[in-house]
Amino acid sequence: MTDGKKLAPEEVVKSFENKFKAKIKDSQIKKRKAGSKKNEAVIIWLKIDKSAFKDVIEHLCKLQFPHLAVVSGNDLGATIELIYHFTLNYGGRMDEISLNISVELPKSKPEIETICDWIPGALVTEREKQEMLGVKIIGIPDDRRLFLPDDIPKGIYPWRRDETGPDKLYKNLHGVKK
Amino acid sequence: MKQKTTTKTTYHIPVGPIHPALKEPVFFEFEIDGERIVDVDVKLGHVHRGIEWASRKRNPVQILYLAERVCGICSYCHPAAFALAVEDVADIEIPERAEYLRVIQGELERICSHTLWAGVAAHEIGFDSVLFLTWQIREKALDLTEYLTGNRVTKAITMIGGVRRDITKDMLPTIQKGLQYLKDNFEKLRHVFLDDKTFKMRSQGCGILTKDDALKLCAVGPTTRASGVKKDVRVDISYFAYGDLDVSHITPDVLTGEVNGDVYDRIIVRLLEVKQSVDLIEQCLDKMPSGDIVAEPKIAKLLNQLKKVNGEGIGRHEAPRGEVIHYVKMDGNDAPFTWKIRAPTYNNILPWIPMLKGEQIADIPIVAASTDPCMSCTNRVGIVKDTKSYELTKEELHRLSVEKTRRLML
Repeated sequence: MTDGKKLAPEEVVKSFENKFKAKIKDSQIKKRKAGSKKNEAVIIWLKIDKSAFKDVIEHLCKLQFPHLAVVSGNDLGATIELIYHFTLNYGGRMDEISLNISVELPKSKPEIETICDWIPGALVTEREKQEMLGVKIIGIPDDRRLFLPDDIPKGIYPWRRDETGPDKLYKNLHGVKK
Repeated sequence: MKQKTTTKTTYHIPVGPIHPALKEPVFFEFEIDGERIVDVDVKLGHVHRGIEWASRKRNPVQILYLAERVCGICSYCHPAAFALAVEDVADIEIPERAEYLRVIQGELERICSHTLWAGVAAHEIGFDSVLFLTWQIREKALDLTEYLTGNRVTKAITMIGGVRRDITKDMLPTIQKGLQYLKDNFEKLRHVFLDDKTFKMRSQGCGILTKDDALKLCAVGPTTRASGVKKDVRVDISYFAYGDLDVSHITPDVLTGEVNGDVYDRIIVRLLEVKQSVDLIEQCLDKMPSGDIVAEPKIAKLLNQLKKVNGEGIGRHEAPRGEVIHYVKMDGNDAPFTWKIRAPTYNNILPWIPMLKGEQIADIPIVAASTDPCMSCTNRVGIVKDTKSYELTKEELHRLSVEKTRRLML
């Protein structure tokens, strides 16, 4: 919570760019208007290099302790993209910033460090990414399955779109072409 | 399931996947020392239906109907968050009137959900008469929902770029009558839940979640606000018409001047939010501008527009249980490339652990129910003690909870 100072969206992006330079591959600040008064909501998208990931999270936690909403993921073919959806500045009136940090992992070595040491609440979503996307979270405090039942074979990851995807498990499903 | 070594003094009891304290299936394994809970383990996934997978072959408008079926109680907030995400990707501007109509639906759902929860909470500690009283009041909110949308539960009111049904002038008297009924009965509810001695004895100092834990474990909604964290999407960002309205964070200190983060505080937050929701609906009816209710009424044209969109977006809405966030990635096809749903209970799983540690077996139903989990409910509890094992049926566990209330009343 923002007991300290509020951060401006430009300030957040600049702070990352100054510290990590070329490791921040892309940054975008998006503003969306709503209602009659056209007040704006701010969404920041950052694309970062995998090598700087843990330092970026450390920097973020020191900047202001964020709320981690969830980690979502995409199978992009050659890489697996993880997007960490954070929120900053909550507790005031329309001050909140959505900060989405995206990192791509090569499929040959889909490994990333855990952030549970900084944000213990990340455990549920990290466990989900492990079982759904086949990403290895290094140093995760609890690596059991979370949502998947025990009878789903190992090496099948429901969110993947390659040969490790769930296609083999489709049986007698109406409308699904094999 | 992790097998922990049982020492001589502790034993394990499983609660779930089906249990009366939880409205949908979830599995707890408690490590118990006498009556006290030493450790908790949670297993999820009993109702994971692969809805996100099912969306891969559907277009955004079809997905709205799928999103509506994520949860029976939050049948407005999931399609709303999905629509927000798609509108974010496609840069669709929503007509002002639709923004207000969306707030009305969202707040009506909150009233239904919070009063549903209050009734269940009363039942958990053995006050079935209060359950019926609360649900009688809730019935009026459901009638109002049916009047506005045509249905009590699955409302099918959201459309990408707006809503599907307008509120006309001749509907206003009925709505105002319904809201007046809710306001008149609010005081009755407040008195029963917050002034009653037995309610206080069962809920004060029970199931505590500290502010520090709430922040670290990323709790959301009334669960985190009851611990003093000011986090409410409706206040924190401008979406729908919330930016135009007078809305503020509700934490228990508004009423009592202090924050304890116990079950009692979670009751306070939810009850006050019912009042806040009625107030927000009234503000909307008052300020609502005239105009269109949907950006693009022709569905085929809308779908054609969405087919050309490339990009990603998020939609966030404050559901009754907390923030719901949807992530959508579109890649120029009929169906979105990715759709990720994050319901509030997902983030309120880990906070259960500090809440339940140190409590008694008889407190499990009320503490577990106090976060208003959106998963499901328990039938029986099996107790494995040494080599002998026996089961507690749902009636017996409920009886333990009722007996504790009776003991305290003596």
